Amino acid sequence: MKKNKSSMSQLEQVLKSGRFAITSELNPPDSADAEDVNRAAMILAGFCDGINAVDASGANCHMSSMSICALLTRVGYEPVYQISCRDRNRIAIQGDILGAAAMGIRNLLCITGDDVSAGDQPGAKPVFDFDSIQLLRTARMMRDERVFLSGRKITSELPLFLGAAANPFVPPYDWRSKRLAKKVAAGAQFIQTQYCFDVDRFKEYMRQVRDMGLHEQVYILVGVGPLRSYGAANFMRTKVPGIVIPDEIMDRLKKTPKERQQEEGKNICTEIIQQVREIEGIAGVHIMAYRQEELVAEIVRESGLLERKPKSQKAGI
Amino acid sequence: MLLEWIYDLTHALLKPFKRILKPNSFAEKAMIAIEKVGKEVVFDCQMCGQCILHSTGMVCSMNCPKNLRNGPCGGVRLNGHCEVKPEQTCVWVKIYEGSLASPKYGGEMMWIQPPVNRKLQDSSSWVNLLHGIDQKMKTVWQTQDEKDALEPIFRGSNEKE
Repeated sequence: MKKNKSSMSQLEQVLKSGRFAITSELNPPDSADAEDVNRAAMILAGFCDGINAVDASGANCHMSSMSICALLTRVGYEPVYQISCRDRNRIAIQGDILGAAAMGIRNLLCITGDDVSAGDQPGAKPVFDFDSIQLLRTARMMRDERVFLSGRKITSELPLFLGAAANPFVPPYDWRSKRLAKKVAAGAQFIQTQYCFDVDRFKEYMRQVRDMGLHEQVYILVGVGPLRSYGAANFMRTKVPGIVIPDEIMDRLKKTPKERQQEEGKNICTEIIQQVREIEGIAGVHIMAYRQEELVAEIVRESGLLERKPKSQKAGI
Repeated sequence: MLLEWIYDLTHALLKPFKRILKPNSFAEKAMIAIEKVGKEVVFDCQMCGQCILHSTGMVCSMNCPKNLRNGPCGGVRLNGHCEVKPEQTCVWVKIYEGSLASPKYGGEMMWIQPPVNRKLQDSSSWVNLLHGIDQKMKTVWQTQDEKDALEPIFRGSNEKE
């Protein structure tokens, strides 16, 4: 990863400097109003090195990730363009990657995407022409070899910082670190993980990752986020694909009076951040606070992330 | 693994007939019929025409509702079942188990499989394999060196357990 030419991505610069990185996720509007995007981004921008624009996550339609990213670059924020394989075929995706770079988008997060059945329009056609690893490799090929999949030349530079997702919390567990190795080989330079609520499981995953030396080849940002209430946690646990919340956390929320559950959810989040920050090979956190984005600032402050000096290196190199 | 052995045997048996088994020939039509019957019964083959069964633990990856060729998505349920079809075991959970049980080709699960060539749907995988049509691309997708470097990772972290 460090061999590649600089993508001019601010996120990449932060990660390279060894500073603990913070990214977050923007709640995509159901409007055609750019102000909605700016407003949602403003809450996050002060604390974040990158703002993810989700690509119809959960297969629910919102403003497209590409457009949100374009709007963010206009106001000087650093977007992370999530691009999923669910809705577009290889022709559309390769074109979008060029367009994204042209609009100043530097960070690309390549994901498979939730199935259409998870969303509110389950009758839609699932595309999945690529899988996430094929998408990564194609993006890397476009950037490094400057060709489309067809072999046709791309006539300009394509400065991109390539990312992928990882979910260490679902089976087959032993495969997950190997899948990471595959994603790194395919071109991933940074990773944002699924929500981490099971720190022990994550520690075991990171042990395997370090055994393979992958933590030195890719920047890993741990996905975290505050649970709004016991009910919300229960919904995420049962209805949103890929999110695992251990019983202890569910119990902790359940025992908390309703009016204090949001506060407790935030406390759990800050505790998890403090724990994962100590794990060797972690480069940052990715805070997903869906519909409670205003909490991100508090979480950053309360978990002590404002002092983001490199742990292992001396500052000022 | 028996299926690996059958795969090798079939490959060896068909190789001498490469000249007869041409794309779009009558022989290919016959092969399609044989593959449809044989592979559909045993593997629930989807006739993608670019079979990678031996690289995926002898389990057909095209039965994954997302058509994934490079591993499971992040939506696998805690019981190992599919995000899209909760009643069935995740195809890739089966592939991982199958690959672990495949001493010869199991490591190929680490290969970066290229995008599916949708034009080959319903054609004969064996014919395409013999003529190199299934792997044909206009760009270098993955070098043999990279495949060789990735394969050992598959067994690596398991031995420690």
